[in-house]
Amino acid sequence: MTASANRGLGEPAAPSGRRRFGAPGAVRRRFSLLTRRDKLILGLMVGIPTFIHVFFIWVPTIASGILSFTSWNGIGLDRIQFIGLKNYTDLFGGIYPPFWPAIQHNLIWLGVFLGIATPIGIFFAVLLDKEIRGTRVYQSALYLPVVLSLAIIGFIWQLIYSPDEGLINNLLGTAGTAEAVDWFGNRSINLWAVLVAATWRHVGYIMVLYLAGLKSVDPSLKEAAAIDGAGEVQTFFRVVFPVLRPINLVVVVITVIESLRAFDLVFIINRGLNGLELLSVLITNNIIGEASRIGFGSALAMILLVISVGPIIYYLTRSIRAEQA
Amino acid sequence: MTVEPHATALAAPLTARRRRTPPQRILLQGFLVATSLIWLSPILWAIYTSLRPYADTARLGYVSIGGTYNLDNFVNSWNGAELPKYFINTLIIVVPAVVLTLFLASMVAFAVSRYSWRFNLALLMLFTAGNLLPQQVVITPLYRIYLLVLGIPEPLSDNGRLYDQYLGIMIIHIAFQLGFCTFVLSNYMKTIPRELNEAAVVDGAGVFRTYREIILPLCRPPLAALATLQFTWIYNDFFWALILMRTGDKLPITSALNNLKGQFFIDNNLIAAGSILVALPTLIVFFVLQKQFIRGLTLGSTKG
Repeated sequence: MTASANRGLGEPAAPSGRRRFGAPGAVRRRFSLLTRRDKLILGLMVGIPTFIHVFFIWVPTIASGILSFTSWNGIGLDRIQFIGLKNYTDLFGGIYPPFWPAIQHNLIWLGVFLGIATPIGIFFAVLLDKEIRGTRVYQSALYLPVVLSLAIIGFIWQLIYSPDEGLINNLLGTAGTAEAVDWFGNRSINLWAVLVAATWRHVGYIMVLYLAGLKSVDPSLKEAAAIDGAGEVQTFFRVVFPVLRPINLVVVVITVIESLRAFDLVFIINRGLNGLELLSVLITNNIIGEASRIGFGSALAMILLVISVGPIIYYLTRSIRAEQA
Repeated sequence: MTVEPHATALAAPLTARRRRTPPQRILLQGFLVATSLIWLSPILWAIYTSLRPYADTARLGYVSIGGTYNLDNFVNSWNGAELPKYFINTLIIVVPAVVLTLFLASMVAFAVSRYSWRFNLALLMLFTAGNLLPQQVVITPLYRIYLLVLGIPEPLSDNGRLYDQYLGIMIIHIAFQLGFCTFVLSNYMKTIPRELNEAAVVDGAGVFRTYREIILPLCRPPLAALATLQFTWIYNDFFWALILMRTGDKLPITSALNNLKGQFFIDNNLIAAGSILVALPTLIVFFVLQKQFIRGLTLGSTKG
């Protein structure tokens, strides 16, 4: 059964050892208990939501793939022209100037999230997992930004970054002068300024996820390590971290996907221009911009899809395996 | 967990109280207090700025104390930017979207987790993968579909299309969030003993009655957690309405911020007050339903 399910999605089959349902006789024929009417109702219970999901998520995804090989301005379905790989060669060939900066910014975003934000989140989770007085209060403070929308986060950080009225420039005494630093406007620094705000939120998210994972670690493991003379740092890296492999994977995948989805923050700041170009912004600009280039936007979407497919498959196979184990 | 043995050994008794506090702990407490304050500072700064009239900050500078403190900025942004209108738009979208998402997801989860048949694993993968896609991957064709679909009847759509309609925004939220909710709920339902189904069948209950009267009431904890999480996520969504709504007056509050910026929110004091007002519902969730929110987040990740 697992094998057929995997084939259906066109993904590599799970290792045969995992095929629990595949063993003959292991399949429990529940349908025999069901009446014809029950089967019909079950069909509807699954069918209606599946239709909604497939029609609005997967059909557009596939259509994106097809449209990426066409040239279309969005008016009249008969005006769609197949142009082969031209959109892709144009993109990679540098005809569209924001493309490479966007790729670069997406990679920097990913690098900062994976290399800085996520480790900080894990670090706080480890600190707060101990029985410290007030740990709840600290946890709340760190995770408060997670409930805020990224659009609001953009606004709140503008209060800190703006050249004339912002906190930093007022503290530096440069507010309103020629030396004022325009943190969101200066294209050589604004990506980093935005990443500080994005990190502020991501740290709390990772901390919450990791804390839940740490709670599931058997305390006797840590005690045993301590008795063997391991320090706290050693205990974490040698004992706790390896045990938490499943949650580590989840955290990495969520981090990758969050970095690829980044959009709201840069769009609310300056519509993703002038140093804040991201793939997601370029796709959007090709739909709502003056010249709607559907094929071109779709090719960008496909590049984003290809980058995100790796983590998605990774996450799925992991969670499905965990389910069968 | 108690204090680590080696930490206790190092500890010098600082106070004569019942619990001795080792210096490491004091260091740690200090570090955590400082970090928490730094973490909260952007929000505290927003609150402080929002309480001061623009005239005062212009005269004294933003980093200053003194002048008057009042709620004028809140009143002005509430009225000037017509925030109530956008709050209502959000409500029109969020409430049905959350209810329908949970209803539909729980039905799929029920079928997938309580009955075995050929495709249930494939189905679960399809839903989960769909939820992980970046929104921009689907938006280009989706925008065209929303324009092309015709003939949606009057109360649901006033132009017959999905484009520029509350219904359209609701549907895309449902379609997207179904993935996550189905995944979480099916994991939860798997922990409910299968014998309950059999007992229901023996009692002559049909499939739908088994779902509604036996399984669903047992799923209250994950449903409450998911409802909290979904409310926050859909409330906070910026992207869908930005692209799929054209009429400015119909925008939900989070997407409306893009238009309000520079139009009504002209100085930092108003931006601060507006931000706090718009963040308020999610902050209430944070303070009142924190447990539910965290459980919703972690339910999807810690299983396995």
